[in-house]
Amino acid sequence: MTSTNQTLNPAGGVPASPAGLRPAGRTSNRAAETRRKWYEIIGLTTPAIVVYVMFVLVPMGFAFYYSLFRWRGVGPPTEYIGFDNYVMAFQDPIFLDALRNNAIIVFGSLAIQGPIALGVALLLNRNFRGRTVFRLLAFVPYVLAEVTVGIMWKLILTDGGTFDALLRSIGLGGLVQPWLADLDLVIWTLLFVLTWKYVGFAIILLLAGLSNVPQELNEAAAIDGASWWQIQRHVTLPLLGPTIRIWMFLSMIGSLQVFDVIWVTSVPAVRSLGASATMATYMVDNGFFARLWGYGNAVAVILFAISFVAALLFQRFLLRRDIEGAITRRANRP
Amino acid sequence: MAITRRARTVLALSITTALLAAGCSGGESDAPPESELFKNPVTLTWWHNASQDGPGKEYWAKVAKDFNALHPTVTIEIEGIETNQLQRTRLPAALLSNDPPDIFQAWGGGEIREQVEADYLKDITEQAKGEVANIGSSAEIWAVNGKQYGLPYRMGIEGIWYNKDMFERAGIAAPPTTFDELNEAVTKLKAINVVPIAVGAGDKWPAAHWWYNFALRACSVDTLKKASTDLDFEDPCFVKAGEDLKSFIDTKPFQNNFIATPGQNDPTSANGMLANGKAAMELMGDWNKGTLDTVAEDTEALNKFIGWFPVPAISGSAGDPKAALGGGDGFACAKNAPAECVEFLKYIVSPEVQKGYAETGTGLPVAKGAESGVQDPALRSILEATTGATYVQLWLDTAFGSTVGNAMNDAIVAIFAGNGTPQQVVDAMKSAARK
Repeated sequence: MTSTNQTLNPAGGVPASPAGLRPAGRTSNRAAETRRKWYEIIGLTTPAIVVYVMFVLVPMGFAFYYSLFRWRGVGPPTEYIGFDNYVMAFQDPIFLDALRNNAIIVFGSLAIQGPIALGVALLLNRNFRGRTVFRLLAFVPYVLAEVTVGIMWKLILTDGGTFDALLRSIGLGGLVQPWLADLDLVIWTLLFVLTWKYVGFAIILLLAGLSNVPQELNEAAAIDGASWWQIQRHVTLPLLGPTIRIWMFLSMIGSLQVFDVIWVTSVPAVRSLGASATMATYMVDNGFFARLWGYGNAVAVILFAISFVAALLFQRFLLRRDIEGAITRRANRP
Repeated sequence: MAITRRARTVLALSITTALLAAGCSGGESDAPPESELFKNPVTLTWWHNASQDGPGKEYWAKVAKDFNALHPTVTIEIEGIETNQLQRTRLPAALLSNDPPDIFQAWGGGEIREQVEADYLKDITEQAKGEVANIGSSAEIWAVNGKQYGLPYRMGIEGIWYNKDMFERAGIAAPPTTFDELNEAVTKLKAINVVPIAVGAGDKWPAAHWWYNFALRACSVDTLKKASTDLDFEDPCFVKAGEDLKSFIDTKPFQNNFIATPGQNDPTSANGMLANGKAAMELMGDWNKGTLDTVAEDTEALNKFIGWFPVPAISGSAGDPKAALGGGDGFACAKNAPAECVEFLKYIVSPEVQKGYAETGTGLPVAKGAESGVQDPALRSILEATTGATYVQLWLDTAFGSTVGNAMNDAIVAIFAGNGTPQQVVDAMKSAARK
């Protein structure tokens, strides 16, 4: 994400050429213009670059450096062990469980949130009374703080909690499960909570995308005799492509790094058994609670590497058309 | 002209940036000379774990104010930080920096040993001789290699908190003194349809404490001491502890789905179950009185039915039946803290201040002469049992340090969840000791 913005900024700041049309003193003027352009670039980007380097790149460098040590966070790191921490992570069955859980959340979010959000967005894009209210309702869970959502669902889904009571009162008592205690079930319960929380974001994003679909195209298709379904399928959906792909990208990165809702909703015991751990919770549990700071840093680097590669692959293959010109080399094509 | 003006702007910008960067790297150390006590004005920063509004936090504020009135040269700046945050992130990070707090929470055991090895703490052996003598053997938990680095202000053993009314209804005449009697009590409580024992296994440590108690009963005191100092877990008694725990869990004494039940702080926790009459027993430390109060719907009823008895003995086991598990809270001074820090530390554990602490009801005092401050009957029985214990073993996870402690707790939780074995607990401890 950041790399896109970074490269876009300088590209947007090149309004220097019109000045070059002045007839006299062209060469010296052009040199001055170039100098001026660079002053501007340096002057305007330096604060941002300083902050970025100090708070993003330097800590990342430190994380990698610390990950090469057996270090308990007491005194400076001294015991260099190379890549042992990385080997240890991939040999720990709980870390592999965390990877599996992240995969479930990444694909589960895409597969469940996508269709729901698309359907709801198409519905909410039609004209009917109370449309604003429904739009608002769909977006409410996303606005709530993660910790609030976590505590709320923890109380609802606890043994004999609201959800169980609801099931019993409508005669579905047989379906009652230990939602947060069953080690095989808990990750799906959490996927449900995450879906509830984040589907509103997908809906709003798609609604924004839909408002950019020109009404004329729909009307033209209607005049040609296309049904509502055909219009959605052959006109709206293809034009919504860029928005859907951006949402998929954000959802994927968010799912890889998911921490807060899981941390609050699922108790430490269930996490430590691997049933509900994600890479991020595993990192905190091991880095801070088991006080293995070197190891925690190694997990952080792995988490970063996985997210980074996933982001690159996604941009390379799926976002290619949408960001062409921004990060590809064909920017100067006529 | 235009260019010069822009250049000047650029220059101004870069200077601002440079100043900003310089400001970030600042941080001067102004350690006052340790010449004479209370001569120069000093400010002590104090980090404690009473972060929630309540009697504990208020009391520390009062203690700091009183000390300032006694010694006007000393100003104390207090920061109350939630335990986990304080212990796991804030304190380790602050100690790594060159500006740690002067006096801060210290849990003793394996952790203080590591901190001493890293040269973080002030040796207070000479200055605090009298206080250590008055506190007695429990001060040893804050000592490393015979030198004192911190002092406790709270110390107590754990035991079983129980609902007297339920015991009466189930026809249990007296609190169990052996595990056979405890098993009998469990059966009787099940017969009247109540949850015999609540356990907050979700938070791991409340479950792990059951294993600690089986280990305390299965292992000799020498084995436990050796395990704490050398991280040596070869003795078969550690496997035996897991086996005993497993057969105890098999009698189903706990509530359903205990693996997701939190330990304390909300009505659905094990604490909440006991406080609100949904379970008959809970294994917990001396601080439990305060936490039960906060989750109880009816504190008056709670005060009437709540009782306490020591963890039952196991007949014919190697462990000392009068030994108990316990732990406490203390404070330590940073290596470069002014000498006044130690004086303040000594003030905190002085009998009068300790008596006032006991009166808050948040824990048991350690200093002799403060006993009269303990008024609650349940707390009084813990105080008696603590005094009567032949040996107090520090919580095993604290004694072994965070890394072994965490791995041990995880493996014990796996036994509770039904997918771990007694041997795996010992294996996890051994492998964590090498991490």
